[in-house]
Amino acid sequence: MSENVQDIMDDLELDALTELVNIGVSRAATNLRDMVGEEVHLSVPSVDLIRRKKAVEILSRNDSKLVAVHQVFEGDITGRALLIFPETRSLELVRAVTSGNLPLEDIIDLEQEALAETGNIILNGCLATMANMLQRTFKISLPEILRGDGDLLFNMPPPPESGDVVMFVYINFAIRSRDIQGYIAMLMDMPSLTTLQLLLREFIQRTGGADGASLA
Amino acid sequence: MTYNILVVDDSKLARMAVAKILKVRHPDWNHLEAANADEALAHMKTSKVDIALLDFNMPGRDGFVVASELRQLNAEMPIAIISANYQREIVQRAKDFGAIFLTKPLTEEALHKFLEDVMATGKVGGK
Repeated sequence: MSENVQDIMDDLELDALTELVNIGVSRAATNLRDMVGEEVHLSVPSVDLIRRKKAVEILSRNDSKLVAVHQVFEGDITGRALLIFPETRSLELVRAVTSGNLPLEDIIDLEQEALAETGNIILNGCLATMANMLQRTFKISLPEILRGDGDLLFNMPPPPESGDVVMFVYINFAIRSRDIQGYIAMLMDMPSLTTLQLLLREFIQRTGGADGASLA
Repeated sequence: MTYNILVVDDSKLARMAVAKILKVRHPDWNHLEAANADEALAHMKTSKVDIALLDFNMPGRDGFVVASELRQLNAEMPIAIISANYQREIVQRAKDFGAIFLTKPLTEEALHKFLEDVMATGKVGGK
């Protein structure tokens, strides 16, 4: 494998991957809006393909205590999807997606449930959009909450084999004037990454190529 | 009648997709591409643009900011805002602005209907 994972995909394939994630996150924001009853402001997601070790380094830069919503996806592409926040922001997220005026003890009680629901909406938005637009089906597990450092989040035992490549998405969204910064990470093994690349090439051909369907 | 369409999207693939639809439906029309607000404004200053299609969620200035800047140069130009983020506030903002909101992924039918509608208004330029 190339030392630089980014070299595995060319610019247009990365562009297509970014656009898929952008559409997925945008749809998720629309679903979140219906959940919280007001507009969810969303940054433009940036997408990187990096090694697991680098992902752990990035996550450890600012916060060692992290909370993540974790879901396993299986199909032509198999891996793990994680929505990750610094633990210090997780209660802010819960405040944002609940009424915002709840006492602290209620917020703590609701934390697990609110995190799982929010993570489920965002991760499913991304995974389902990717699956639909790549014309494939993913089986997605129920959300699970994990707490720990980056090393723990990215070194969970298989199954499935999570591999060494991480699709790393940085997003920033704001709900009820509360800024929530988080990461979406998808861990894939090399066969899954190779399959993803092939599916992206087909998607590019259908979408912008000389023949086929017409989606922007 | 041929028209000049400006497509503004930070995704090259999204711009290619619009170009592909236009090539099938309106092969004689000219399309101009911009990856950001500055490139869009540069096109406006050097070319006569009749219709603009703007992605909403772009780095730097978003689609609404770009739309405001384009409208300062051509107040009557039909504009479509395109996004998968169809929260009602964003769709309403497009309406308030006098733009049409189109959902991503953009279908050939949706783009064709938008173009038919703007041509029917008679407000669009062209030659």
